[in-house]
Amino acid sequence: MELTRMTAAELSAALAKGEVSATEVTRAHLDRIAAVDDRVHAFLHVAADTALEQAAEVDRRRRSGELLSPLAGVPVAVKDVFTTTGMPTTCGSRILEGWHPPYDATITTRLKQAGAIILGKTNMDEFAMGSSTENSAYGPSRNPWDLDKIPGGSSGGSAAAVAAYEAPLAIGTDTGGSIRQPAAVCGIVGTKPTYGGSSRYGVVAFASSLDTPGPFGRTVLDAALLHEAISGHDPCDSTSIDAPVPPVVAAAREADVSGMRIGVVTELSGDGYQSGVLSRFAEAVEVLESLGAKVTEVSCPHFRYALPAYYLIAPSEASSNLARFDAMRYGLRVGDDGTRDAEEVMALTREAGFGAEVKRRIILGTYALSSGYYDAYYGKAQQVRTLIIRDFDAAFGQVDVLVSPSTPTTAFGIGERVDDPLAMYLADLATIPSDLAGNAAISVPCGLAPEDGLPVGLQVMAPVLADDRLYRVAAAAEAAFTGRWGHPLLAEARGL
Amino acid sequence: MSITRDEVAHLARLARISLSDAELDHLAPQLDQIITSVAQVQEVAADGIPPTSHATGVTNVFRDDVPVPCLTPEQALDQAPAVEQQRFKVPRILGEY
Repeated sequence: MELTRMTAAELSAALAKGEVSATEVTRAHLDRIAAVDDRVHAFLHVAADTALEQAAEVDRRRRSGELLSPLAGVPVAVKDVFTTTGMPTTCGSRILEGWHPPYDATITTRLKQAGAIILGKTNMDEFAMGSSTENSAYGPSRNPWDLDKIPGGSSGGSAAAVAAYEAPLAIGTDTGGSIRQPAAVCGIVGTKPTYGGSSRYGVVAFASSLDTPGPFGRTVLDAALLHEAISGHDPCDSTSIDAPVPPVVAAAREADVSGMRIGVVTELSGDGYQSGVLSRFAEAVEVLESLGAKVTEVSCPHFRYALPAYYLIAPSEASSNLARFDAMRYGLRVGDDGTRDAEEVMALTREAGFGAEVKRRIILGTYALSSGYYDAYYGKAQQVRTLIIRDFDAAFGQVDVLVSPSTPTTAFGIGERVDDPLAMYLADLATIPSDLAGNAAISVPCGLAPEDGLPVGLQVMAPVLADDRLYRVAAAAEAAFTGRWGHPLLAEARGL
Repeated sequence: MSITRDEVAHLARLARISLSDAELDHLAPQLDQIITSVAQVQEVAADGIPPTSHATGVTNVFRDDVPVPCLTPEQALDQAPAVEQQRFKVPRILGEY
């Protein structure tokens, strides 16, 4: 079998048996990147040399009889928001062009310790603000299903890399849907773990109370393997949860939903949702019911206020976090000609270094936090956050998991929403509630919308630290669907 | 109208972002539209509902104060736009006021 078509679990087994070397696996993926990435543009930086060095080291350790982790020798692509020593980290921004961070993110360290091969850094909306990668200063990534469509965002490069077989696994971050939405529109699996379940140390901050690193894979089991490898308490992140990692891999292998109580969220459907998305979602719910789940409808009345609350909370935190880009200690510096003072240089640098969306959000956040408006905007948004958490608590009192479509529509065209921020923001309509509440959620492919032949994602949401339930439900749905289709959904992608 | 062009210019100054007239013309109406839309939160959030700043409920995380190695001066200064005598060299901070 072609190495780039194999799942991470298959590669892991073949590597462990010595049927293939990490060097061969890495080379195959680097060749694939060289063959297709000029069209997909999933990567901002390909680390061919260090990847091959890492692979040689894994091969040497395996030959010497060392017991290695399941991901040893399996390639992974990393969103360019994680700091990586020896590689640039740009966050898709001009202000960090060419920046080489002095330390590794905890997740980078954990990947290296697991022996995963870091292929490079993937494209993203600037500072993770966007739903299409069109806000990257380095040009958009493209959807492997149709190169004229967006791959979603902000972790669109990571999703596109996995969907284009450039990497079996990738890491992203989810602040308002930035893992689940690109996973859905690229026809792959993506998880937002429980907030605090995966470390933010070394993740360049966008909205600190929301940012959550998580995995992408082509199968539910692959996502679970990566989820387990990166998760767990990190003393370097003060919001990291000191609790055992939920048994996500075991749950993905069990894939049993019989007797589970599944709630369909009334408010995450209807107006604004594409008809083909709703019909595929309805079919997914029927499939889960046929597998023995008990399905009921559950109302979460405050979810309709999640989007406006998010667009106050996230920009407010961003306006504070992005103040660190001050042109003094690292990154771009513009206009320092000896006549201008520090504040002028700062303002000129931030004008030149930030793109339109980042400026919009910094100004919006500055507004929401300014005296006189704080109570009416930021304060109210924080209260809505409480109401959304209460909706989840009430719902999880009745059911084990909630389900909805992952996105209101399939992938839209590149350029279609780029100058209409409110239309762009709607892409995260269904994913934002779980970010505000901090609970776990996954997107798993559930078919193609009949009207455009593009992938649709089923979102499953579980309570805080019940991430294993996501994998139980998603794996059961995946098995039933793959059986029905006769092949994985991605086999139908024709963009490349 | 929820926000004027002048207010946007003022906020941009507070956020230390220079904006050209063209950028202001473009941004101000967009921000007005966004703020009008997000103001929906005011419909529902009544008095007496406690605010949530983060979802985990974790408070006051402490650790033992153990010295560990940190960045060397060379590492810390490696990516600086300008360096002089093992320090970050920055533009004038105080004017001749």
